[in-house]
Amino acid sequence: MKRLALVLALLASPALAQIGDTTYRLEDPTQEQRAREIGRELRCLVCQNQSIEDSDASLARDLRLLVREQIAAGASNDEVMRFVHQRYGDFVLLRPPVNTATLLLWATPVLALAGGLFAIWRIRRRGAAAAAGVGEVELTEAERARLAQIVPAPDSKGDHRA
Amino acid sequence: MSTATSRRNLLIFAPLGVALAGGTGFYLMLRGLQDGSFNPRGVPSVLIGRTVPEFSLPPLESSGLPTLASADLLNLPGPVVVNFWASWCVPCIIEHPHLMALHRRGVPVYGVNYKDRANDAQAFLTRHGNPYTRLGMDQPGRVAIDWGVYGVPETYILDRQGVVRWRWAGPITPELMSQDVNPLLDRLRA
Repeated sequence: MKRLALVLALLASPALAQIGDTTYRLEDPTQEQRAREIGRELRCLVCQNQSIEDSDASLARDLRLLVREQIAAGASNDEVMRFVHQRYGDFVLLRPPVNTATLLLWATPVLALAGGLFAIWRIRRRGAAAAAGVGEVELTEAERARLAQIVPAPDSKGDHRA
Repeated sequence: MSTATSRRNLLIFAPLGVALAGGTGFYLMLRGLQDGSFNPRGVPSVLIGRTVPEFSLPPLESSGLPTLASADLLNLPGPVVVNFWASWCVPCIIEHPHLMALHRRGVPVYGVNYKDRANDAQAFLTRHGNPYTRLGMDQPGRVAIDWGVYGVPETYILDRQGVVRWRWAGPITPELMSQDVNPLLDRLRA
């Protein structure tokens, strides 16, 4: 029974952790929802692979509070994002913007697809060319004579199937 | 036929070439990691080439040092160093001798004390020495956010016009002093 309680407690702890930081919550649920949406788009610069909404770093806490302050003051989502972006640059955005530095990053899927299609096209064309070549090329006299040596003509009397 | 064959033979070297390019890149990354010129976790500063945002900070009363505001970072007689630090920050102790050296050489080092207690900050300066000619207290860390600071220590070099020319996130090392800080200060003073 004791063990069961312990197991249950251990199972419950990640769920509790999910609730997260309750210190900074906006009264208005729609505003809080917006704050979370923004927070999930912003990288925590300390832990770097977490959003500020998921991170426990003190800078992430500060930024969470800052996002909520701005929303409470009536800023739009874009305005809040711009505020943070102006200070921390593209790095803070978990969804990188399209610009000259990130063009290759964004173009990679298209380039990979195009490369694959090109490879398929090349292979098919080569196959078709090879198939076409066999039927069309005429044998020279010398080749014909050599072929006759190896394979008896269809009208020959020899019966090698016997 | 022979050109096609030789082209196909060349293709055999393609994977080798890719491996070579990858290996060279990896080697350069490792070397950069070692001498500090490459930092995969480094966040480039937005402030480079721009003047600092407007701010004013309260002073550390016990130190008797004048405080720091954005107005103090315009129209300067020479380049200045701005250093974000805290008494609870261990790398700050490591880089501290370099700030002291700059101070002794007459380079103005301005400090922003980040999320610290006044007593602790004062104790740090008393124990390790004070390199700062101006010192502002940023207890809420809001000025640091405006600068794009994401940890302490962080160090900035500003030119005479107050334009940020260099930023380093992390402790200053002897290599950084000789390769970046000193040459840049010399250039900005010229």
